[in-house]
Amino acid sequence: MSDPRELYQQVILEHNRKPRNFGKLEPCTHHAEGHNPLCGDELDLTLVVENGLVQDIRFQGSGCAIDVASASLMTGAVKGKSVAEAKAMAEQFRGMVRGELEPGTQTPLLGKLTLFSGVKDLPSRVKCAVLPWATLHAALKGEAEASTE
Amino acid sequence: MSTALQPLDVTALRKDFPLFARVLRGHPVVYLDSAVSGQMPLPVIERMAHYEREEHTNVHRGVSTLSQEATDHYEAAREKVRRFIGAGSAREIVWTRGTTEAINLVAQTFGRMMVKEGDEILLSAMEHHANIVPWQMLAQEKGAILKVIPMTDAGELILESLDELITDRTKIIGVAHVSNVLGTVNPVKEIIARAHAKGVPVLVDGAQAVPHLQVDMQDLDADFYVFSGHKLSGPTGIGVLYGKLAHLEAMPPWHGGGSMIRSVSWEKTTYMAAPGKFEAGTPAIAAAIGLGAAIDYITALGLDRIAAHEHDLLVYATGRLARIPGLRILGNARDKASVISFVVDGIHPHDMGSLLDGDGIVVRAGHHCAQPIMTRFNVPATTRASFAYFNTREEVDVLVSAVEKAIELFK
Repeated sequence: MSDPRELYQQVILEHNRKPRNFGKLEPCTHHAEGHNPLCGDELDLTLVVENGLVQDIRFQGSGCAIDVASASLMTGAVKGKSVAEAKAMAEQFRGMVRGELEPGTQTPLLGKLTLFSGVKDLPSRVKCAVLPWATLHAALKGEAEASTE
Repeated sequence: MSTALQPLDVTALRKDFPLFARVLRGHPVVYLDSAVSGQMPLPVIERMAHYEREEHTNVHRGVSTLSQEATDHYEAAREKVRRFIGAGSAREIVWTRGTTEAINLVAQTFGRMMVKEGDEILLSAMEHHANIVPWQMLAQEKGAILKVIPMTDAGELILESLDELITDRTKIIGVAHVSNVLGTVNPVKEIIARAHAKGVPVLVDGAQAVPHLQVDMQDLDADFYVFSGHKLSGPTGIGVLYGKLAHLEAMPPWHGGGSMIRSVSWEKTTYMAAPGKFEAGTPAIAAAIGLGAAIDYITALGLDRIAAHEHDLLVYATGRLARIPGLRILGNARDKASVISFVVDGIHPHDMGSLLDGDGIVVRAGHHCAQPIMTRFNVPATTRASFAYFNTREEVDVLVSAVEKAIELFK
């Protein structure tokens, strides 16, 4: 990708304008805060997990379009999924945006999240896309904080 | 009698910067990031390369011709710095790795000596982290208090309250000459005079000032004045601490090691006089010589002509950017250097930075190592364009249309 504009597709811009699942779940079963110290991005993630399923998930915070759209699309993608599936998605997503997947690797779990694959060509923005997933990973492991540094 | 300044021949001097022949992401490079780091012109790069190729050795060591030659060039660079900032003696010029190291040196020697429990350190509201954190660390160590000179929404320091802010407990004042975020040129001469009236010494962070305006230590009367080589068209890894000789002589050494000693025995070490006692270990020799060459280059262009050119760019860019709907410029000081920080409704500065990058435009997007300023203006970050003597109005136009294109995309 030679032009970062290719990353800023309508779906990402639209989720940035109107993020889904925005807010805070009270009460919740899982909670973590994500920080991107170099950018100042902050994310507060709350989940309700019952019987091994992500019943509900919400986020709030401030960040760039990549960060906000990634959080918005992530919450939509993991809602209703099992914890194991959500963790596997987080793994695939991280591998994809870091450019660590073997060429030709299928990412069936990710669906339209593959929109973010272009981030791997903008190394300075990888942490923006990853922050929500790192925060999810921390929340599911019972850790209070996640940082992309 | 005053004569009109001959304007800079920007077309000619741009040939000194090979970067401008480069194509980034399909576009010619538009470098609007000199507040992050200035570009080095060829004479600087070539002077350093010449040292490394034909003159490289260590300084202040041994009797070889080569070592003497290197020492002469290295000390000649110190003398160039002295002349450039109007210091009284080359002994008042201490080489450091940069502005940050210079401030840490002062905080950990002069600061430790002066500041006791319950004392106060006074800083301005528009400091870079480099002029906050070293003082905060000292305050924690000593049980001292940090106080802040506030600023207006325009980004000007509120000096009405300065005389009340300076108390009997104030032991040092730290202030930026030019804000790296807002571009404000602070009235440091007035601040220093008012501090001295109460017997308080002042450290001035001149990192963003020396590339734009002539400074004169005799006129300013600063106790300490610090800056970096790489913002002054020189290399990274070299910086300057100017300190009044009486202070430098009274201060204890900082890092211990070779070069800073007079004699060492198992029982006792005696130290060099200033500046030697602050310069332990092998210094950044090529970088110091390179900074000397950068000062020659800047001096030959003329800081008055540089200032006039940059002011023209600042006024032109401010006028064009301010007309863009939804764009807000942070920092509208009456006296301002060629730095423009801005935010745009609905577009995070990091997205703006990436989109401008896609058009070959290099700007800084972020908190600019000045988070308290971001908090003061209630923004997470800004996009900052900074202009140097090699920039042109055409490059401002490229910036403006790229910003407009980004806004269109985010609509």
